[in-house]
Amino acid sequence: MADAFLRIDNLVKSFAGNTVVKGVNLAFEKGEFVSLLGPSGCGKTTILRMIAGFERPTSGQILVEGQDISPLPPNRRKIGMVFQAYALFPNMNVEDNVGFGLKIAGVARDERRARVEEMLKLIGLPGYGKRFPFEMSGGQQQRVALARALAPKPRMLLLDEPLSALDAKIRVSLREEIRAIQRELGITTVFVTHDQEEALSISDRIVVLSAGNVEQVGAPFEIYNKPATRFVATFVGQINTLTGRVVDGAARTVDLDGQVVHVPALPTGAAAGSEVALTLRPEAVRVAGAAEGDVTLDGTVAEVAFLGSVIRLKVRLGKNNIDLDTFNDPSTPPPALGNTIRVSLNSSDVFVLAD
Amino acid sequence: MTNVSRIADKTAGPVSGPAALSLNSPMLGAWLGVLPFILFALLFLVVPTLSLVASAFVDGSGNFTLQNIADLWTDQVRSAFEISIKVSAASAFFGAVIGLAMALAIIRGKLPGAIRSTVMTFSGVASNFAGLPLAFAFIATVGRLGLVTVILKTVFGFDIYKSGFNLLSFTGLTLTYLYFQIPLMILIIAPAIDGLRKEWSEAAATLGASRLQFWLHIGFPILWPNLLGTLSLLFANAFGAIATAYALTGSSLNIVPILLYAQIRGDVLHNPGLGAALALGMIVITAFANVIYIVVRTRAERWLK
Amino acid sequence: MIARRFWAWVVFALGAAYFLLPLLATFIFSLQMRRGRLTFDAYLSVFADARFQATFGYSLTCAVFAIIVGVAIVLPAAYFVRLRLQWLRPLMEFITLLPLIVPPIILVFGHIRMFNSSSILPLTNSAFGTDVLIVCGYVTLALPYMYRAIDTGLRTIDVGTLTEAATILGANPIRTMVSVIFPNIFVAVLSGAFLTFAIVIGEFVLASLLNRPAFGVYMQNVGANRAYEPSALAIVSFALTWGAMGVIQLLDRFAPKTARKD
Repeated sequence: MADAFLRIDNLVKSFAGNTVVKGVNLAFEKGEFVSLLGPSGCGKTTILRMIAGFERPTSGQILVEGQDISPLPPNRRKIGMVFQAYALFPNMNVEDNVGFGLKIAGVARDERRARVEEMLKLIGLPGYGKRFPFEMSGGQQQRVALARALAPKPRMLLLDEPLSALDAKIRVSLREEIRAIQRELGITTVFVTHDQEEALSISDRIVVLSAGNVEQVGAPFEIYNKPATRFVATFVGQINTLTGRVVDGAARTVDLDGQVVHVPALPTGAAAGSEVALTLRPEAVRVAGAAEGDVTLDGTVAEVAFLGSVIRLKVRLGKNNIDLDTFNDPSTPPPALGNTIRVSLNSSDVFVLAD
Repeated sequence: MTNVSRIADKTAGPVSGPAALSLNSPMLGAWLGVLPFILFALLFLVVPTLSLVASAFVDGSGNFTLQNIADLWTDQVRSAFEISIKVSAASAFFGAVIGLAMALAIIRGKLPGAIRSTVMTFSGVASNFAGLPLAFAFIATVGRLGLVTVILKTVFGFDIYKSGFNLLSFTGLTLTYLYFQIPLMILIIAPAIDGLRKEWSEAAATLGASRLQFWLHIGFPILWPNLLGTLSLLFANAFGAIATAYALTGSSLNIVPILLYAQIRGDVLHNPGLGAALALGMIVITAFANVIYIVVRTRAERWLK
Repeated sequence: MIARRFWAWVVFALGAAYFLLPLLATFIFSLQMRRGRLTFDAYLSVFADARFQATFGYSLTCAVFAIIVGVAIVLPAAYFVRLRLQWLRPLMEFITLLPLIVPPIILVFGHIRMFNSSSILPLTNSAFGTDVLIVCGYVTLALPYMYRAIDTGLRTIDVGTLTEAATILGANPIRTMVSVIFPNIFVAVLSGAFLTFAIVIGEFVLASLLNRPAFGVYMQNVGANRAYEPSALAIVSFALTWGAMGVIQLLDRFAPKTARKD
């Protein structure tokens, strides 16, 4: 880990006695796209602002290519940043905004102009150089902000919730564009978001944070399918939590409202008769077509929500409720409330979380 | 009114006619609500001013003339305009510069929050504390027998009046006007400084700019329209003021409003039409300053949407 | 960082000195009426003066009438312009800006010309007529402040929705304005009122040129003839202005807000 591009060691930040970042350790590889994901107040933006230099760490170190950057003021760190509310300079047109970093660096006019053109092409806004920020849509402004951050060729890019001020559709298209540009330039990027879907869709790796602590670091597939903690399981994606009673710890069997389920793992030393929480994703539960070795459970339909391509059902199994997703089938109407229904699941999709 | 009610009678009934013509129509109600205001403004603001301006172009027997305007070109009137413009410009300029410095200090200088709210409240008071009491205060402070003057003379042996200062002069009047000009500047410019978003200076920093470069390329260019606009507003504000100057100097300082005041009281210019021409001259100057203010202000607001 | 704070303190200290020194000096000066002793005699002398009481009472009465007339013409206009006549806004803004462009001395000059003894409406012929004229003059001077205060008040409440809600419950427009809109912007109206008060109470030019016995004219008179009383009057005026502004600030904190601030 010594050769990590960006390393964060034991980073702590307190504001007036209130500790918002509690000893965070992270290491990012060169060219990686890493998301800091968590609810508001988890410390993700504070970590980003410490990397940028706007906040001074209470203790701990931030190293870029092995060098401690804490003595450097923000304007000497060579780190590009995109802000939530665009933050384009209102008195400058697009060209001057994008060229600002180059101008400060003393790049000659011709070279600057060429670089600005190149950047505008990269973000898909060629010919917009003479526009002013107030003449552009939010999505366009944020793209210009991205170009402005990238123009001076920073060694790293920080994105502070850059999509949260935009409309849903633009949010999706712009995040794909950001990812494509990041891949093309191969620039190490730290992306702060509270939107788990956003983080899952574009990151190489995700750092899930809660109350100033790192809950889990991993690839999106891993975070979603193998959540390390209850927080990660509930914060990332939808999840069912069912309460069962251990039947036999050694045989890994659990009684779920009178039906015995075989689970892949149990906490060590789970005594027979003790309560245990089982979790599984809604899409792991199926209505029909139980495969060989699946567990089947009988229940009644308690809620039906038609979401378009997906229908979400809530099925009552005794004391527990289970949410499940089925794909919309135009030829079959969704089940009615109160119907009895048999659902099936693969016991390997069930995981047991320690509290 | 008869017209309206007759049409209203016709259209009364289950099927209502064009909404604007019915007596019960909300539009008519709205117009009745606005009417007193418009009438008042016409009667006591627009018509008196316009007819005064018009009378500047009329001679004693009611014919059109430019003679009144031409007659303004006397030494007395010209020097009055000169001094008025000088005092207004100086107090506007220094008021703007000092007011800006103070606003920057209390908003971006990391002073305790209590100082900011105290200064803002005080500015609200001081910007309204003009007229006679202000003159009295400055006479009591730096007048010939003012407290500060006397203390400087008896304790430090320094006579400010012997060293060229005079409260009843251009310098003295400017110094006094600053007492309401600076607070007015603070009140107007503070929201504009608040409008400088923190992200702008942070974005500039990530792009390599120092604090000085931020102010040079972003901070001041954004504030500039507001500064220019406020400057012209302060100018107009000082140009029309009379009570302070009158209480300070009586009629010894020849500024335009005092000249006009004397003319209204006793026709010192010996020509009633000349008073109207003088008024016209004042309106032209204050209106010009205000037009700059409005134009520049609109431009600034477009940016900061 | 340290340097920035240091300069901020320096600027603040210099400013504070400029603004507080005249107040302090004036106050001390006003206490020196008796040789060698500090007394409040200058204040007592002012307050005991029958002309002080009479002129202050006169100006106070003018202020009250100016406030009533001002609210009565501005409130309905501002309300209906916000509600239905949006396109009149620029005109309203222009009209209410005029008193700042046209200096008071020109306004009163125009009034004297237009309402003199040989005009259609010879207000200056009688004392009562002149009183009416001076109140109208004060309403005009205060128009920018009154309009802005009320308009700001209307902006912080959702005028359209409140009116629709009142109408659907059966209230007519006048009822809506009196019992729904007015109570909600009462605080804004009050700040307009106190601003009017601050403008009228020491006003000099209108009163002097219309020859009315107002407080401003009295102050001018004292200023020309007495030594210590003027500073006492300056302190009293400053306290009055401070009181009016303080009340406005205090009121602002209690203003109801139903719409988003924009």
